[in-house]
Amino acid sequence: MRARTPVDGDADAGLVDDLRRAIGADAVHAHALDRALYARDASTIDVGVAAAVCFPTDTAGVAACVRVARRHGRPFVARGSGTGLAGGAVPLDGAVVISTTRMNAIRSVDVDQRVAWVEPGVINLDLTRSLLAHGVHFAPDPSSQQACSIGGNVANNAGGPHCLAYGVTSAHVLALEVVLPDATVTVLGPQDGLGDVPGLDLRGAFVGSEGTFGIATAVAVRLTPNPPAVQTMLVDFARVEDAAAAVSAVIAAGVVPAALEMMDARITRAVEDFVHAGFPTDAAAVLLVEVDGLPGGVAADAALVAEVVRSHGARTVRVAADDAERALLWKGRKTAFGAVARILPNYYLHDTVVPRSKLVEVLTQIYAIADRHDLLVMNVFHAGDGNLHPLLVFDARVPGTLDRVHAAGAEIVAASLAAGGVLSGEHGIGLEKRDFMGLLFGPDDLDAQARLRAAFDPDGLANPAKVLPAGSRCADLQHVPDGVWV
Amino acid sequence: MTGRSALEAFASEVGADGPVAVVGGRTAWDVGGEPDADVRLVAAPVGVVEYEPAEMTVRVGAGTPVAALHGVLAEAGQITALPSGSDGAGATVGGVLAVGRSGLDQLRWGPVRDALLEARYVSAEGRLVKAGGPTVKNVSGYDLCRVLVGSLGTLGLLGEVVLRTRPAPPCSRWFAGAADPWSVRSALYRPAAVLWDGSTTWVWLQGHEVDVEAEAAVLGGLGFSPVDGPPVFPPHRHSMGAAALRTVAGPFLAEIGTGLVHREDPPAPAALPDAVVALNRRVKAELDPTGRLNPGREPLQAMA
Repeated sequence: MRARTPVDGDADAGLVDDLRRAIGADAVHAHALDRALYARDASTIDVGVAAAVCFPTDTAGVAACVRVARRHGRPFVARGSGTGLAGGAVPLDGAVVISTTRMNAIRSVDVDQRVAWVEPGVINLDLTRSLLAHGVHFAPDPSSQQACSIGGNVANNAGGPHCLAYGVTSAHVLALEVVLPDATVTVLGPQDGLGDVPGLDLRGAFVGSEGTFGIATAVAVRLTPNPPAVQTMLVDFARVEDAAAAVSAVIAAGVVPAALEMMDARITRAVEDFVHAGFPTDAAAVLLVEVDGLPGGVAADAALVAEVVRSHGARTVRVAADDAERALLWKGRKTAFGAVARILPNYYLHDTVVPRSKLVEVLTQIYAIADRHDLLVMNVFHAGDGNLHPLLVFDARVPGTLDRVHAAGAEIVAASLAAGGVLSGEHGIGLEKRDFMGLLFGPDDLDAQARLRAAFDPDGLANPAKVLPAGSRCADLQHVPDGVWV
Repeated sequence: MTGRSALEAFASEVGADGPVAVVGGRTAWDVGGEPDADVRLVAAPVGVVEYEPAEMTVRVGAGTPVAALHGVLAEAGQITALPSGSDGAGATVGGVLAVGRSGLDQLRWGPVRDALLEARYVSAEGRLVKAGGPTVKNVSGYDLCRVLVGSLGTLGLLGEVVLRTRPAPPCSRWFAGAADPWSVRSALYRPAAVLWDGSTTWVWLQGHEVDVEAEAAVLGGLGFSPVDGPPVFPPHRHSMGAAALRTVAGPFLAEIGTGLVHREDPPAPAALPDAVVALNRRVKAELDPTGRLNPGREPLQAMA
């Protein structure tokens, strides 16, 4: 990927000075190293140019940064932990990066009402850990939950395995304190987190808008009671097709597991080498099935799941005996991406969704696509939601490899859409899939989305050039960055 | 008639000019104000277009009565979050979504807005527009579906939608007693509803029969007895925090945990932040610049 010419440091001097005056010299980093560190996120997209990196500690500080950026005609980009995989937090055109890492307070917890107000920099897993004593948790649990922030979860509507039963992140965001792109601070949704407010569901529109509708500075999250009973099952199959068919059969039987994850043989072996959890390394595919709720129903659902998967060719059904074993099985699932580093140094993680009934068909195509491009593909994904995560594993030092990876990625997207699927289930569009949007939406559909964006950000300074392709609207003059591969 | 041709016919009926309102079952015709008297009325396509129970989604014409949709889903043991029953009799799928009021069991199953996955609607320009997508997880672009729910048809006229379905609970029972509603809620695992009128608490349990029986025993220990259903609701909906509820005067019926309180008197006009009012107006101006869709109805005058 071609790097853009860095913004000249002197050109940013006035901007940096004003930002320092606004929120303090210590809270604005503008050394070359800082700019380079914050020029990208966890994606492979490498075209960012950060003008300065701001670390406000409160809402007024965020608003001040936005005001300064606007005064200088600069775009601004909110950034959480930087774990995003779609290039959503990549600063283009010398954007001001506004990091929310220092806004990490849990402002209030109301256990009776099951609402907590938290700042965007709170780490997902830290929130749930802090709630342990109250018997509640924050249900959305991305695989990166040890590192990702609530603000990032909100920006991308980023879910995780437990979305299957509990719903996507948007269902767990009750209200938002935001700094709008014109630097106004307001609350979208009910002020105290509960109840309805008159008017449009602006809260719902904001969630998943990838920082283009403004910056969330506090989030009222729904707290979910911890289930009294949980059963986690590891099921293994000799054929991938049987595992995928079992996924649909479980749902069709009337059980909605709390989570239903699938791992193919390659990823299972990589994980087992890494965590030694006793995953069957000779299986073609394994399912991790979790059911939760009250004890009677959990026992009944678990028995039904076992019966259904056995009738679809499951070889063994291992039920986690205790919390420790359950945690180990989940560790295997959630560290899968880390485990691949033992195979090859780089990976490209895709994120598409297909109807459950098309899982086998699309998986088969994904293996064929990878073979055609002489790439190694591993699959670990939210099968219950049809949310695929093909992992193309490669060594970027081998010339031409990245081109093959991107070509294979485009074919995987096409195969998913052809099966009636969508571009992304939880990672977002960002820069990565922006120019694929036209494959899923027609001109009138994109125009409607562009109008919604214009209502929130008429001047186009909030994380511009993300999500929608240039030309989504007649008057659209969004800059297309050089070197973006899509 | 359903499917593509029905949608296209609907779009051409809406056309590109002149004030137009979509009519459903007229069960919430006055929410946010009635449509202007001289407005031309159109009706959305009717019928289930596509239903695969194993996908837990259904594609349905927006003009379909909710009761008819639920009849189809019931054959596969499924349901949607769209309220049906006495308060939704005659209501259509599109009407319920346009009004956006959640069912009584939202404490367990979530608000109605979360049920809408994809919408095909007719824009102010008379064009067919797709928002969202047919899968249960989807972050491909902006979530236009969220602003359509509760918009009273003022941003676009719903023609066809994809809704999330879920298994119908095998067991459903109501109980009433005198215990503190918040303590009762904490003693139970995800009840479907907890109602409170200041003295009596009603609880709705749904789920596996064995679980409902176990929690019924808990309620029995708190002095609760089985009842046929919830009490009659006062007509007007308010939004209120728990603290305010402890001191509220006059008769009320609160949906504990949702912030919603039903009262005899209409709520005072909400004092929304200026920025929120301005955003509402800008969204409307962007999506319906000439104000031709459902004129007379104002989402800012209604609680979704």
